[in-house]
Amino acid sequence: MEYFLFALRNLRRKGVRSWLTLLGICIGIAAVVSLISLGDGLKIAVASQFGISSTELITVTAGGSGFSAPGSDVVKPLTKSDVDAIGRISSVDFALARNIETVSVDFNNKVIFTSATSIPDGDEKNFYKITDLETIGGRLLKDGDSKKVLIGYSLSQGSKNGFDKDITAGKKISILGENFTVAGVLKKQGSFVVDGIVFMHNSELENLSKYGDNVDIIAVKVKDKDLINRTKIDIEKLMRERRNVPVDGEDFKVSTPEASLAQVNQILTAIQIFIVIIAFISIIIGAFGIANTMTTSVLERRKEIGIMKSIGAKNSQIFMQFFVESGFLGIIGGVLGILLGISLGYIGTFQINNFFGANTSPQLNFGLIFFSLFGSFFIGVLSGIFPAMKAAKQNPVEALTG
Amino acid sequence: MNKEGEIIIHLENVSKYYPMGDTIVKAVNGVTISVRKGDFVVLMGPSGSGKSTSMHLIGSLDVPTRGKVFLKNKNISSMSESELAILRGKNVGFIFQQFNLIPTLTVKENIMLPMSLQGYSLEEKEKKVNGLLEKLGLSDRANHFPNQISGGQQQRVAIARALANDPEVILADEPTGNLDSATGKKVMEFLSKLHKEGKTIVMVTHEFDLIKDYAHIIYWLRDGKVERVAKGPGK
Repeated sequence: MEYFLFALRNLRRKGVRSWLTLLGICIGIAAVVSLISLGDGLKIAVASQFGISSTELITVTAGGSGFSAPGSDVVKPLTKSDVDAIGRISSVDFALARNIETVSVDFNNKVIFTSATSIPDGDEKNFYKITDLETIGGRLLKDGDSKKVLIGYSLSQGSKNGFDKDITAGKKISILGENFTVAGVLKKQGSFVVDGIVFMHNSELENLSKYGDNVDIIAVKVKDKDLINRTKIDIEKLMRERRNVPVDGEDFKVSTPEASLAQVNQILTAIQIFIVIIAFISIIIGAFGIANTMTTSVLERRKEIGIMKSIGAKNSQIFMQFFVESGFLGIIGGVLGILLGISLGYIGTFQINNFFGANTSPQLNFGLIFFSLFGSFFIGVLSGIFPAMKAAKQNPVEALTG
Repeated sequence: MNKEGEIIIHLENVSKYYPMGDTIVKAVNGVTISVRKGDFVVLMGPSGSGKSTSMHLIGSLDVPTRGKVFLKNKNISSMSESELAILRGKNVGFIFQQFNLIPTLTVKENIMLPMSLQGYSLEEKEKKVNGLLEKLGLSDRANHFPNQISGGQQQRVAIARALANDPEVILADEPTGNLDSATGKKVMEFLSKLHKEGKTIVMVTHEFDLIKDYAHIIYWLRDGKVERVAKGPGK
């Protein structure tokens, strides 16, 4: 069709102006496509920041339903006896006490501050079961190990740990002034929290930090996944009695992975809405850009319109010429946007995988791609309708004589 | 003058007024012009005499404010824009002083354009265009763009374009105005050749010398009116 030839030639003639016009549509489509391509990657990225693992664990922390630092002094702390009491609930497989303390670590004549978390003495097996810890060097801690620690992957890397030197299994480090041997380096977990910290036996961490019977987090493994919600209610009831607080006046929090995931999804939805709004705005700007370019184009090409009419072009043919041209602008913007969006999706997924040790792949949704193409073409022609009508209505003599 | 020829175009007491600010410009004011099949009609006059406006009316590019314009016995005043476009595309070929080629199209595509607008097949177009390129000595310029060829060549492309749909009438508005005299003379010779082949020519000019050997009938215009009609020496 001549219309397409015409449209392409004219877009090329306008050069930079055509490209600038495409930008709005291009960015809008790219935002939507990249967002969708990221898919699971984004979810994992957000989830890992919350330290949510895939296991079906209930966690109990002190404090209200708001955010408060674990072990903070303003709330009544959880205790060892709470752990034992929860462990006796019939649907509970086991309950583990976990403490997290801030410690200074001394290595290679440099000092950094990080967190140390406790491994219950004698309950190592259960602990590893819920945390999925594995080593890439050395071995995990076992009962009876003395003055031995595990370190997270990032902490072992000289380029990331702040010591400018790799820490490998067998190396000695000083924690809060006491010397420890690194028994093992942990496999990358994909979380800032886990990858940057030290794991040591509870008895030894208690020795350093003197928290006595206080417990920061109680991790509860349920016998059956289906019992999670019932167990949660049981734990809440038990803890209310033990802490002597009324319903809705809880000074502790029992969270299930589902609740945490819901929170992640909420954040994710907020991010998605935000990006969709940006995309929407840029597409609208893009539409106005196309309308503007086409209107200018009609004015510039008045004479051409006059010539076309003098050699027999009908109004509808003039209309089509401009209409197709603006549709082209839209669809080229769409194609570039899709390519850019897919690239961003791939780069984003790659970065997420790299950063969080996740293994997600970008999701190409062909329905979405088709919809984007159609949508951008539609926006193009929609913005072109009025300029094209204006072009078609030109009086040939006026157009010819300028 | 070819008395036997049927009247193809007839302007009957036609006026064309343009509003310009508060005043109304009477570009053409009560003009009657007949163009017969096979004629070589010339509209002569100084600038502002209304010769170009008359030509636009003859070519149905414009509709009159008053009076009637008949193209092949059809009153164009009562036609829709689309009907006019089709009529124009089939029956009239325009040649302009400014050549008026489409800059983004090659020589060949420019010549094809009127046929494309009428919906001819590519095969038909190719055949016709190759013939026209040869006839006008443009075969080696077929894939050049208008800005890559000389003024004389551009005007030859415009002539080829005007001939693409095999119209009965060729309308030439100062076709030599932008050309040097030697090139202009060649264009005139070509128009004469077309005339001898049976085309009806209507030409607008203000240079009597240019047309004195060719014109059948000369309408002298002044201030939007026909001042006098004279037989030319042509044929």
